[in-house]
Amino acid sequence: MSILVYTENWDGKFKKLSFELVSYAKALANELSTTVTALSIGKVADEELKKLGNYGASKILNVAEDRFENLDNKALALAVANAAKSEGSKAVVFAHNNLGKAIAPRVSVKLDGGMVTGVTELPESTDPIIVKKKVFTGKAFANIQIHADIKILTLAQNSFELIETDNNAVIESFDAGVSDDVFSTTLNETNKVTGKVLLTDAEIVVSGGRGFKGPENWGILEELADVLGAGMACSRPVSDEGWRGHEEHVGQTGKIIAPNLYFAFGISGAIQHLGGVNSSKVIVAVNKDAEAPIFEAADYGIVGDLFKVIPQLTEEIKAVKS
Amino acid sequence: MKILVLISNVPDTTTKIRFVDNNKAFDTSGVQWIINPWDELALTRAVELKEAGGVETITVANVGESITEPTLRKALAVGADDAIRIDTKPKDAYFVASQLAEIAKNFDVIMVGIEASDYNGSAVGGMLAELLDFNSVSAVSGMNIENGQLTLTREIDGGQQKISVKTPVVTIVQKGIAIDPRIPAMRGIMMARKKPLKVVPAVEAGEKTSYVNFELPPPKAACKMVEEDNVKELVRLLQEEAKAL
Repeated sequence: MSILVYTENWDGKFKKLSFELVSYAKALANELSTTVTALSIGKVADEELKKLGNYGASKILNVAEDRFENLDNKALALAVANAAKSEGSKAVVFAHNNLGKAIAPRVSVKLDGGMVTGVTELPESTDPIIVKKKVFTGKAFANIQIHADIKILTLAQNSFELIETDNNAVIESFDAGVSDDVFSTTLNETNKVTGKVLLTDAEIVVSGGRGFKGPENWGILEELADVLGAGMACSRPVSDEGWRGHEEHVGQTGKIIAPNLYFAFGISGAIQHLGGVNSSKVIVAVNKDAEAPIFEAADYGIVGDLFKVIPQLTEEIKAVKS
Repeated sequence: MKILVLISNVPDTTTKIRFVDNNKAFDTSGVQWIINPWDELALTRAVELKEAGGVETITVANVGESITEPTLRKALAVGADDAIRIDTKPKDAYFVASQLAEIAKNFDVIMVGIEASDYNGSAVGGMLAELLDFNSVSAVSGMNIENGQLTLTREIDGGQQKISVKTPVVTIVQKGIAIDPRIPAMRGIMMARKKPLKVVPAVEAGEKTSYVNFELPPPKAACKMVEEDNVKELVRLLQEEAKAL
């Protein structure tokens, strides 16, 4: 009867996002008068697993296997579905991130469930179950009713606050019931960027647009990012021109982010750009053009020259931090 | 290798979003319809791979009523060989995936965008793969075919992986799979008129979810402006008022 939450790990560790997810599952479990079981796949130490209890998991199913490291979607979905069946789960919750988006739809079919992706809140009603999500890339919300018995939800990042509890979670080793012949993905190479704040994890993001005028002017923004511990991003024209890498492109067709604080420097704010950043809690815009649409989306703005404002901002923030 | 590219028919990304019928339905009046941007990138890559010689045919498919045909014609003009329209109003993702499963089983590689820019579901590709018992790879930002073997680049948090995967497979693609969508040339548009666009009836399928209603976000408070030479004030506001620093 429990709610199952799939908690992905990153090199054996959980992230804030994992704890948001468990907090959400716990709040949902309270509404449905049940408990939360977390599923962890891969090698994670017991002390790390126990942390999930601090946010409301009562039980942790631990699949301590290396076989899933290739992220074979079919195998992972089977493992999650088997855990949900074994628990008799009425709801399964995933993060709305790369892996959650990859396997939740498969699990929904396996369990004959009804799925809503990218939910931003607890259901507004539980009988019938109706949940809210963003549609039209943040330009509207939809309330969606799930008709199936089993509910599959993916939770949008940064949309739910952490809630600490003092659950002492029980860890159980779980046999995922996935035979070797299910896997058909071969991992040839993994390249990870190290030493940088990941855009999708960043609480603060500093972003630049065409106002930077060329690829050679980004040192000032990197310095600001350093001082703030922020992630770096850019608008589409900047990545299309090759001034910055595609992995930094935020916008409707690039990465969609939801930091607490987003700085847009020299970005006019085309509707496609706003689609990728309009879930940010606070938006600051700096642009030479007072008529730029970014100011309609921003909470705070400066009409001015980014080459003057950014160094001052870096100095002010250094002063405040010291 | 035979490729199927799934095409979602969506409002142009600059469309002003409005609802009608007591906020129960999207207002389609005056809307320009386009190929979903991620599906367009998928199609572009499929055409590039075909030009490089590793692909036999590219088929595009859509679940929709006749209103979606111009979008399918555009996909033919970009370089698909034939198109299939499953003639029904798309309900939810499960319903759409169930329709597509009927035709997708005959292909080696199925390409679909990571989400559609209207309902942002990110669901049809994975559901389709599960219905067909195919494997799937999501967040795919690169695709190559070498000696009949499919190699993919997949985005993971903070990096990328190069993987090989057995076909048949559903690839769920995002930015990077192609850089710019291919614009149909006049010759392509002329040829598209003669390419086959098959209309097939829908199959019986259920739906698991339904839209109750829509809401527009509450109007935003006006942007608070700070003078260019008063960055100190901005930092104070961010700390004390917004509590964001």
